[in-house]
Amino acid sequence: MPEPEVLHTLSPNKWVSAYSDYLYNYTISRVSNSEIAKDLVQETFFAGLKSMKNFQGKASERTWLVSILKRKIIDHYRKINSTKGKAEVRMNFYNDGENEGDWLEERVPNTWSEDADKHIENEELKVTLEDCIENLPEKYGMVFKMKTIQGFETEEICKELDITASNLWVIIHRARTQLRRCMEDNWFNK
Amino acid sequence: MKSKVFISCDEATAICDKNQYGESSVLEKIKLNMHFIKCKFCKMYTKHNTYLTRMLGIYSKNAHCGKENCFTDKEKSELQNEVEKKIAL
Repeated sequence: MPEPEVLHTLSPNKWVSAYSDYLYNYTISRVSNSEIAKDLVQETFFAGLKSMKNFQGKASERTWLVSILKRKIIDHYRKINSTKGKAEVRMNFYNDGENEGDWLEERVPNTWSEDADKHIENEELKVTLEDCIENLPEKYGMVFKMKTIQGFETEEICKELDITASNLWVIIHRARTQLRRCMEDNWFNK
Repeated sequence: MKSKVFISCDEATAICDKNQYGESSVLEKIKLNMHFIKCKFCKMYTKHNTYLTRMLGIYSKNAHCGKENCFTDKEKSELQNEVEKKIAL
């Protein structure tokens, strides 16, 4: 029995107008900086043009472009990741002696002002938070955003980025600690 | 597997982080709450962390192509030109 299959086609002329915003949004939640996101989208279009002959028409044009973009993002992440060792350790705590596992004195959290709750929907607060997220080291920012903003499963992130679950949680902890401190300096105790 | 009742601050904050994503077990939550009895710092850390999660929840609803950070019309037309050049090759 012949399979009735509708094959998708590519129209690269329309890529920029049809997909650049979508691909940008997809990227910006995974990398921490708008310039890098734009570069990755551009690279994706160029790579797509190069490999048009490999397109089999089974997936939609958008899905196909996203699959190229994913590779680009992972390559970008690997580049950042390779400069530092992959194993992450938690740094906010004593790691030997009788204080093992306790807070390091200089890292202890400070009190936040009590009326913090009132401002949670405040527009300026959002801007401050956004700046603080942008200021995270790129690698932390990426994992943190995927987990927190995009809501990916732990397993999925680990697979995509080739890290262990415990590494992921250390990165999340660092990102959160830094974010907390950044908000403390720029918002709560300003 | 050894299971101790009192955990360190290091472990407590790790549980707290997981809990922000609903990924800590009931036993872990009990241990965390018991830890609060003797540690005000972790209690504060947890309070801040929960607050941060709420802020981020509100933020992520709005985290889309804003006016400043997306491709501008100019950038789009430049990109379009680049793409067309490459198609013509």
